[in-house]
Amino acid sequence: MRIPIESYRLSNGLVVTLSEDHRAPIVAVNLWYRVGSANERLGRTGFAHLFEHMLFQGSEHVEANEHFELIQRAGGTLNGSTWLDRTNYYETVPSNELALALWLEADRMGALLPAMTQQKLDTQRDVVKNERRWSMDNQPYGTWSERLPALTYPPTHPFHHSLIGSMEDLSAASLEDIAQFFSTFYRPDNAVLSIAGDFEPAQARALVEQYFGAIPRGASPIPPLADMTLPPRFGATHREVVPDTVMVPRLFLAFRAPVFGSDEYYAGSVLGAILGLGKSSRLERVLVREREIASEATAFTFDLSQGADLLVIDATARPEVSSDTLEAEVTQVVDAVRRDGVTRAEVERAIALIETSFVTSLQSAGERADKLSMFAAMFDDPRLLNEQTDRYRAVTAERVNAFARERLGTDNRAVLLYVPRHGEEGEPDEAEAASGAAR
Amino acid sequence: MKHASIALGGKAAAPPRPAAAAPKPYRFPRFEIVTLDNGLRVIVAPVRTLPVVTALLLVDAGASTEPAGRDGVANLTARGLLEGTMHRDGNALTEQFERLGASVFSGADWDTANAGVTVLREHVEPAIALLGELALTPSFPERDIARLRAERLADLLQMRTEPRGLADEMFARFVYDPFSRYARPEEGGSDTVSTLTRDDVRRFYTERYRPRGSTFVLVGDVSVDEGVSIATRTFGGWDGVVSPIAPPADAPARRTRAVHLVRKEDAPQSELRVGHVGLPRRHPEYFRVMVMNAVLGGLFSSRINLNLREAHAYTYGAFSGFAWRRGAGPFVVSTAVENDVTADAAREILLEIDRIRAAPISADELSLATSYLGGVFPIKYETTDAIARALAALAAYDLPVDYFDTYRDAVRAVSTADVLDAAQRYLHPDALQVVVVGDASQIRAPLAAMELGPMLAYGADGVEISKD
Repeated sequence: MRIPIESYRLSNGLVVTLSEDHRAPIVAVNLWYRVGSANERLGRTGFAHLFEHMLFQGSEHVEANEHFELIQRAGGTLNGSTWLDRTNYYETVPSNELALALWLEADRMGALLPAMTQQKLDTQRDVVKNERRWSMDNQPYGTWSERLPALTYPPTHPFHHSLIGSMEDLSAASLEDIAQFFSTFYRPDNAVLSIAGDFEPAQARALVEQYFGAIPRGASPIPPLADMTLPPRFGATHREVVPDTVMVPRLFLAFRAPVFGSDEYYAGSVLGAILGLGKSSRLERVLVREREIASEATAFTFDLSQGADLLVIDATARPEVSSDTLEAEVTQVVDAVRRDGVTRAEVERAIALIETSFVTSLQSAGERADKLSMFAAMFDDPRLLNEQTDRYRAVTAERVNAFARERLGTDNRAVLLYVPRHGEEGEPDEAEAASGAAR
Repeated sequence: MKHASIALGGKAAAPPRPAAAAPKPYRFPRFEIVTLDNGLRVIVAPVRTLPVVTALLLVDAGASTEPAGRDGVANLTARGLLEGTMHRDGNALTEQFERLGASVFSGADWDTANAGVTVLREHVEPAIALLGELALTPSFPERDIARLRAERLADLLQMRTEPRGLADEMFARFVYDPFSRYARPEEGGSDTVSTLTRDDVRRFYTERYRPRGSTFVLVGDVSVDEGVSIATRTFGGWDGVVSPIAPPADAPARRTRAVHLVRKEDAPQSELRVGHVGLPRRHPEYFRVMVMNAVLGGLFSSRINLNLREAHAYTYGAFSGFAWRRGAGPFVVSTAVENDVTADAAREILLEIDRIRAAPISADELSLATSYLGGVFPIKYETTDAIARALAALAAYDLPVDYFDTYRDAVRAVSTADVLDAAQRYLHPDALQVVVVGDASQIRAPLAAMELGPMLAYGADGVEISKD
């Protein structure tokens, strides 16, 4: 399965990737900026994500919220997201509206600041604080996404701090910070623009030149990140127990893992799928189906392409199971893989599932555009998209087992364990429900 | 409002906003419907863009077809299909699927149960043979049914600290008459689930999983002939008839406004649900109601979201929607807000409901809603999975076969007068139930001061507290 890919660079440094196909009269536009929470200074956390919100607050020729309105009025969908190492903005529109999508993205890349006001910043700051409450503070286990990086990356490392930011730092963000952050990172020479779907390449190239061509390159070099390289293992077992407003324990078990795109990454990713992707994965089979100690168990990677990645297992205990048992049982599954290795059949199953999911995802123009941006932004080569299947197929049981031996030891584990806060375990109602659950 | 803008150097003369080119034609994928001799309806949609196929078996066995006192058996039965067949146990079954790279799923909603698979073209035949095996010869092992039951009970327990799910569930409980199936959780509550047995599952399966009344949908890199032949080979020998069951009673719990406060101590946010019993899916004014809802709270640029999020910054997001079922599903406005603005947010929601009933929406609002709903249509159906689910809905609700081809015209035909009429007839401000899951000590007094109606307090188990 290969998709057509063209790529070039404008004189201002903007990388453009194109993937033409005419299956449906729709086209996806996607912009990756190489800026994420890793680019924030300590004491200024949450800024990259807050900034993502500000990019929907209008630009010189677009009113606040008009970006949303114009795209929806055109019959399109849109959004943006922020991650540790990038921020993306994207829309999928009927193909006759390609020019509109490009014009909107260009206006906010080229002329955002004239539209910024203190009032817009204050509003979005409050919206983001509510997002934090909604997704983390008022959600059982919701803080895992900031606790796990804090537990697994050293304090000075760019991936250590909270992506959404602390309430204090959000409160401290000023309009000057916005201007500074914008001119530092939101510039053509720090971005990739991808277009996928129903378009004529000559016309798309002309529109890109017309709208993005005159946006100047950044005035100063992009500040480099602090050194991100880390040894392959933690060197110890890191551990944090979090009493939380939850009814049953949940365990996150993380291993420092090789960066996305490396050969070793693919072995680790296949191991993750053997452990936790699908209904006959090891964790599901052993913990959920056979031992009946967990109600769900999965594994995944963060897919970071710099520094070090994480391979994470996440398992939730059944009500009658203690946190000690949960941890011991998950650990046993991991130790068994490390000790005895995996089978060829398990490797084949994992690769087959990954391949189907990859091909299936490429049905969506938005996904194609996002993946093109990802490979172009991370590796300067969008054509790597077409090599993914081959790279997965090259993974052997031997490579998976070598990975497991190197990475799954007790010198490379982080244990983040959520337990019910005192008083919430053993309530009469809970005991009743738990006995109802017992066989 | 301050307009402290910041000068930016190097600005080029900006090109003007472009006009749209002429739209290109779009048609929903062609499909054919064939009924097999045993009554099974087969829908095949050849979509030969990528080597991918989605197969979906749809059975008239959703939660609303459950026998009295057996809440949760529909979900347990559908999920139990993956736990083993007469020929292999659950581990072997799912491993067979996954060695083909197939992602397999099964579950039940209010109206139907389904089991399906998405797989690369090269593995279509063995994957669908397995799908047929689990659908026609499930073994429902005692131990695995007990495990699934225990997992559902664990979910219910967890729900007590999960404010979003808890708010949705409490809203249903306070909106529908207690005797309605819709007042109780779709997957069953602990009172019934804890009593379900393998016999209940077997009985439900035997009564409800029959070819007449069921639909097999096949979408992707297959021809119609090939699809029908696969369906005949797989399901041709299946027999029996599903007796149609009337949709559940959908009477409201009360016809006057009330506030229901579900206590969640120390919650940093309140989960807010405001609404009442809505309309059934096959309502003649479906399109008018959908357009009306899009303007009210269905879009990002809707009145409710722009008010609560962008004007007041009360929330990360606020949306309204009608849940469409065979019976009347709920109409609900959902949001999560800070404690100190909980009452203010409820007031703004009520104001927006009053406002859309008081005067016609603007032509601009109408065109935003109709051009959005019509325009995103091709984007919604990019994948075989999405197309299969759309065709399954067509079958589940007996929609006309030209439904997708006439959809955009039906949306475009809605006028501002239609929207006003729909708002006046189908939104009932005096019957709104306001459900809040949050920190009672902080939100109770401001809510009470609004005098929206009688205020009732509950614990996280939904049991009423006379005094808190």
